[in-house]
Amino acid sequence: MIKKLISMFSHGPLHLVIIFVALIWIFPSVGLLITSFRSSADVAASGWWTVFEHPFNFTRYTLENYQEVILKIGIGKAFLNTLLITIPATIIPILIASFAAYAFAWMDFPGRRILFVILVGLLVVPLQMTLIPVLRIFNKLGIAGTFPGIWFAHTGYGLPLIIYLLYNFISGLPSELFDSSSIDGATPFQIFTRMVIPLSLPALASVTIFQFLWVWNDLLVALVYLGGTPDVAPLTVRISALVGSYGQDWELLTAAAFVSMALPLVLFLGLQRYFVKGILAGSVKG
Amino acid sequence: MIRTKKITPWLYIIPAMFLLFFFLVYPSINTLYISFFNYNSEKFLGIQNYFYCFTNEIMLNSFRNNALWVILFVPLTVSLGLIIAVLADRVKYESIVKSIIFMPMAISFVGAGVIWKFVYAYRPASAAQTGILNALRSFFQLEPLPWLIIRPWLNNFCLIMVGVWIWTGFCMVILSASYKGIPRELLEAARVDGATEFKIFWKIILPLMKPTIAVVATTMTINVLKVFDIVYVMTNGNFNTEVVANRMYKEMFIFRNYGRASAIAVILLMLIIPMIIINIQRFREQEAIR
Repeated sequence: MIKKLISMFSHGPLHLVIIFVALIWIFPSVGLLITSFRSSADVAASGWWTVFEHPFNFTRYTLENYQEVILKIGIGKAFLNTLLITIPATIIPILIASFAAYAFAWMDFPGRRILFVILVGLLVVPLQMTLIPVLRIFNKLGIAGTFPGIWFAHTGYGLPLIIYLLYNFISGLPSELFDSSSIDGATPFQIFTRMVIPLSLPALASVTIFQFLWVWNDLLVALVYLGGTPDVAPLTVRISALVGSYGQDWELLTAAAFVSMALPLVLFLGLQRYFVKGILAGSVKG
Repeated sequence: MIRTKKITPWLYIIPAMFLLFFFLVYPSINTLYISFFNYNSEKFLGIQNYFYCFTNEIMLNSFRNNALWVILFVPLTVSLGLIIAVLADRVKYESIVKSIIFMPMAISFVGAGVIWKFVYAYRPASAAQTGILNALRSFFQLEPLPWLIIRPWLNNFCLIMVGVWIWTGFCMVILSASYKGIPRELLEAARVDGATEFKIFWKIILPLMKPTIAVVATTMTINVLKVFDIVYVMTNGNFNTEVVANRMYKEMFIFRNYGRASAIAVILLMLIIPMIIINIQRFREQEAIR
């Protein structure tokens, strides 16, 4: 008992430092969340932290800001656009990448090594190097400003990392698995669908979250290939435009920002484990 | 390896190879090519666009700011990530603390930009301050500051802190995994021998984690060279906060000068190429171990 107390006191500074840092980290987001539920008069008159004087006075909170941004300012539409962009732009690259990663890991073909080295190099090519030529081609094909255009752009940009991560996982599967099934007369495609895919589900979950969050949160690619027209613009593009036009209406900006953050946060909190695994696989192996 | 017909592997990789070629390889080569041409790629200009990039005042300003980002952002994210990883390991509520630090990684830079613009919000001294930083200042009887306008150091520093807030969690996650990989007996043995915690950190933990720290630092450098969203949303490069990637976007979409925009992109690539080489070497080493 006494020992416990002593260790608590001697660790006091440690706890203080950690809790202090955690508070600094979470404070700005708490401010955003609270402000999004306050009336515009309140937001203009006092700081969001003043709600802590009467935290349970629910008459001070309102859903009006959300109503306004979702229905009147077009954030509802932008949310829908973001979903329509993100879901295909997550599924298509993962499908294509799993085939490629499997071939790189377990099939022999001339040029396999050099192609893979190029792929690793492509991991860090800045998107800026590709924007103008791709936009010109998109304009010629008439798919600039359309969803299919951006699906494939995100597919192209996402592929190097997704293939790399899946390759790391699939090539680590035990080789006996492949020897025995070859002998049993399974075709490469059967091996792929019946063994590789089911065994790779954890890795597939990681890359799915990665790609989903990347596309959901992307600004640059959407800005360049979709432009700002409200019928296609995703949340990030709309909100960055709002920052310019509604610069001082914090209750609206914060509500709009929270709409864009809600789904990623739920995904993140629910599937953090896979997210962390993906990051670890992408940087340091093992 | 599984036995296949000669054609089979190609069927599996061709869709991916086609898209990589179409979206990354070909455009990169084309961008290099048109960087030697005028705004609509019709007239050959030689190295004129590059000359512009290295002499124009705003461009030089962007280079300086990018350098500032690298110098501050990389050490801050890596060291904060490391310190939090090592300290949080000692408390029972480690996972909660780590989730909080890691959370900004899940949201968009645009969202983070709104969050922090509100933190930095400024009103004249006569009005109630609704931004937390200026409220703190007035609490201590100090004049409120227009954080994002005071150039060139304070506003750039404020933007960099937003980046640090977002990316520290990423560094922490990787460094924490590497820290937990250090055998506990090693640290215990040092403690038994009377080494202080501080000494253990410098003499044992840090040297053992050096390879991972190097990896994290390269990743952060690549990220920060490409920094765009934060600046675009928060200041759009005004008040001397311009960065290379935002400049490229402006040359492309506002001034419609594809030649200059391409030259900027090529310079950005040149800055990143050393990192690409490190990446490939690391991949080769891993393959060798395999």
